Amino acid sequence: MTLATPTRPLFEGADWEFSTVQRAYEAIEQIALGELGLDVYPNQIEVIGTEQMLDAYSSIGMPLFYKHWSFGKQFARNEALYRAGMQGLAYEIVINSNPCISYIMEENTATLQTLVIAHAAFGHNHFFKNNYLFRQWTDANGILDYLEFAKSYIAECEEKHGEAAVERLLDAAHALMTHGVHRYPRPRAIDLRGEERRARERRAYDESVFNDLWRTVPGKSNAHKDPTAGERRRALLQLPQENILYFLEKAAPRLAPWQREILRIVRQIAQYFYPQSQTKLMNEGCATYVHYRIMNRLHEKGLLTDGAMVEFLRSHTNVVFQPEFDDPRYSSINPYALGFAMMQDIARICNEPTAEDLQWFPAIAGKGDEMAVLRDVWANYRDESFILQFLSPRLIRQFGLFHVLDDAEDPHLTVQAIHDERGYRKIQRALARQYDIAWTLPDIQVVDVDLDGDRKLVLQHRALNRVLLDEKDARAVLQHLADLWGYDVVMREIDPTGEQVMKEHSLTPRPGIVRAI
Amino acid sequence: MHIVDRRLNPGGKSLANRQRFMRRAKSLIRKAVHESAASRGIKDADEGGEVSLPAQGVHEPGFHRDRSGGMRDHVLPGNKEYVAGDTIPRPPGGAGGGGSEGSPDGDGEDDFRFTLTRDEFVELFLEDLELPDLAKRRVADTESVSWERAGYSVTGSPSNLALLRTVRNGLSRRIALHRPKPEEMAALRAEIAALDEADPRRPALLEELERKLRRLGVIPYIDPLDVRYKRFDPRPKPVAQAVMFCLMDVSGSMTEHMKDLAKRFYVLLYIFLRRKYKHVEVVFIRHTHQASEVDEDTFFNSPETGGTVVSTALEEMRAVVAERYSPDAWNIYAAQASDGDNTASDNERTAELLIQAILPVCQYYAYLEVGRESEHFPPGFIRRDSDLWQTYAEIVQSGAPMAMRKVNHRRDIYPVFRELFARKHAHAGAESA
Repeated sequence: MTLATPTRPLFEGADWEFSTVQRAYEAIEQIALGELGLDVYPNQIEVIGTEQMLDAYSSIGMPLFYKHWSFGKQFARNEALYRAGMQGLAYEIVINSNPCISYIMEENTATLQTLVIAHAAFGHNHFFKNNYLFRQWTDANGILDYLEFAKSYIAECEEKHGEAAVERLLDAAHALMTHGVHRYPRPRAIDLRGEERRARERRAYDESVFNDLWRTVPGKSNAHKDPTAGERRRALLQLPQENILYFLEKAAPRLAPWQREILRIVRQIAQYFYPQSQTKLMNEGCATYVHYRIMNRLHEKGLLTDGAMVEFLRSHTNVVFQPEFDDPRYSSINPYALGFAMMQDIARICNEPTAEDLQWFPAIAGKGDEMAVLRDVWANYRDESFILQFLSPRLIRQFGLFHVLDDAEDPHLTVQAIHDERGYRKIQRALARQYDIAWTLPDIQVVDVDLDGDRKLVLQHRALNRVLLDEKDARAVLQHLADLWGYDVVMREIDPTGEQVMKEHSLTPRPGIVRAI
Repeated sequence: MHIVDRRLNPGGKSLANRQRFMRRAKSLIRKAVHESAASRGIKDADEGGEVSLPAQGVHEPGFHRDRSGGMRDHVLPGNKEYVAGDTIPRPPGGAGGGGSEGSPDGDGEDDFRFTLTRDEFVELFLEDLELPDLAKRRVADTESVSWERAGYSVTGSPSNLALLRTVRNGLSRRIALHRPKPEEMAALRAEIAALDEADPRRPALLEELERKLRRLGVIPYIDPLDVRYKRFDPRPKPVAQAVMFCLMDVSGSMTEHMKDLAKRFYVLLYIFLRRKYKHVEVVFIRHTHQASEVDEDTFFNSPETGGTVVSTALEEMRAVVAERYSPDAWNIYAAQASDGDNTASDNERTAELLIQAILPVCQYYAYLEVGRESEHFPPGFIRRDSDLWQTYAEIVQSGAPMAMRKVNHRRDIYPVFRELFARKHAHAGAESA
């Protein structure tokens, strides 16, 4: 760095133009691909203004999305916060698609644009392309086409069936969105383009074989009772089923075909975002580590002025700031802070391991090539397993992490573990759990339905640690569920240890909410 | 790598979502709009702007765990003094070790704040209200006229000549009467010129030329019959400006509460007029035993002492109208707020002034009698109407464009206003108050 470098800086001052972005991109690409060995989708960088950023915010960052009032609400809220100066806008939004689209704000300075390109177009992009969850669960090639299809399909439905009917259906589907995900991978690969094609084919087929006469054919008389019928029925319906939207799409008796298709769309989109919620910490950690390396390297090469470097360090420090638990600014653990710290820590373990590291991380300690180790970590872990595996004692000490147990039956909170020899493992485990989606989302399953009788749908919530659902919201969601199902719905909250029922909610569908006839 | 400039893409991408949201939350927004309008100054009352909705109203439910009960784990950063086994007293207001658990789903939503445009604001604010008898009086009272095109006429001034129509009429007439065309004539002449002097066809052709020349002389290119003029009809022009007089008693008996009620009413009226008229001016006249025109701040905020003589305010208003607001050019609205006191000897003079000078020039006159917040009387005790009320009630019964209401509480203002200007019965309410 002290050597006089003949290279001219990429830019001076805050102003930028398209050629500046191009130059910065090329310099970054050289470092990212050549020196860090990242593997990315082709990039597409889109320059947008404030309003467009707010637009993107309100439709979960996607460039095109179907219409629903909740996005309008989101937009209105963000706009109000932004106009009041209470909330800055993100510098970028990046979309897991191929090509990988990054939005950058026109207001950003040249330094920020460089930072954003390093962070999003290389950091996040590499993570999207390589992490096993994204590879397994999302189809980056097809997502934009699928969204286009979803948007036009829903618009078509609004035209055919009325905005109100579609809105009610989407309300219900959104309420169930968190439980519209297959949690466990199945053999077939996700192919959203094929998905869209199949949807069209299904519709065309339905239309070609439609014959109104079938409606008049008398149904078969009640089949005789079979003692194994219950089990057979559950097997046929693939019960128990944790993907409630999937179950409704396949089995709800009163939904029209277009309604099933919309449930399917909402479910596909939920599925697409499922990996993101499981890799927030790693994803941000990866992107932050990548931009930090790249920016430093650019500065070393003389491509960044000292002023730009200071500006970068200032925003970087803000991003990775972690307030302590007794700080009024504390809300939760900052994924940027912890993620970045862990990535740096891994690099340190690779290069300068201590005796402790050698004992805790024999596989990577002193191995040297930190980028190879990190690339492997980024590809093969999710937040939960990542913390369990790589949260080092040194980091626990540095963050002063401690584990508190809050049992409602106890008048006090108890400190279970702190940053000491006995506590490290416990803290690893407890923190990993906080990032385990199976642990943080309530475990709700469809367990049975009485198809021959009153068609009552039975759900079960296994109340982990005896924590019940928020009653008001749960009833509201169940009401939506009952409307979709068309018959009564009952949910039992059970204590998984003793299997006894702690609480029961039962709801009846409101007439004409989902089906007008 | 591509760089795409999206800044010039058409905006308003989420407009459709916004409209859906507005429709969804309409009743909540309407309520918020009314509350927010009440807390603003008169002139900027309808500027649009931020309103806040209760979060619950536009809540999107989802399955999530209750925030209390059961057993919870927290891992927190920043340990300073704790060791394993320490107990910490439960922080007040629920669980959460020391700090608070990161609310996983935005459950702790605050009120929902967002910004309405001016149009959205006014639209919601004044849904299904209407100015009483606006159209009728407007026509009767307006003297300004605008001229509008209304087809063609056969007479008119040369400056209004409809050239196109005139030429077109001429063309069709010339075709109908077979007026020889110039090119026909030219061809004929050329043919004759090409022939020898002795050609046998020559006399016939010459004769034809002769005939056509005659015809050309008889059938003119443009005949007076063809001429058309643009016709203009006079239309009475609605007067697009209004002035609103705020009259208020500021004598000692008017409390802050009463002034606040009055202000709220004026705000509503102002917003309402703003929607109907391009240009609205506001005149503030306050009075005790004498009246003066003041600015808004003085009007509401500076106390005065003295007796109460209502007619002085009406006199002042008449003077201002005569000086600046000719009824021909302005729609005049007046709203008077008072606690009902008036010097007994002045009632007659007030009524006379109102009937003879004020009501004839006004589109509408509203009288608002403001009372104390908690005005209750022992059972069986009938409250006597105030002097002013009795005086005005007689005038209203005679069918004048006037309305009167009593208001005691802030929450009554808007209903009263709506009642006065509701679409169906603009005048019906006068007796029922």
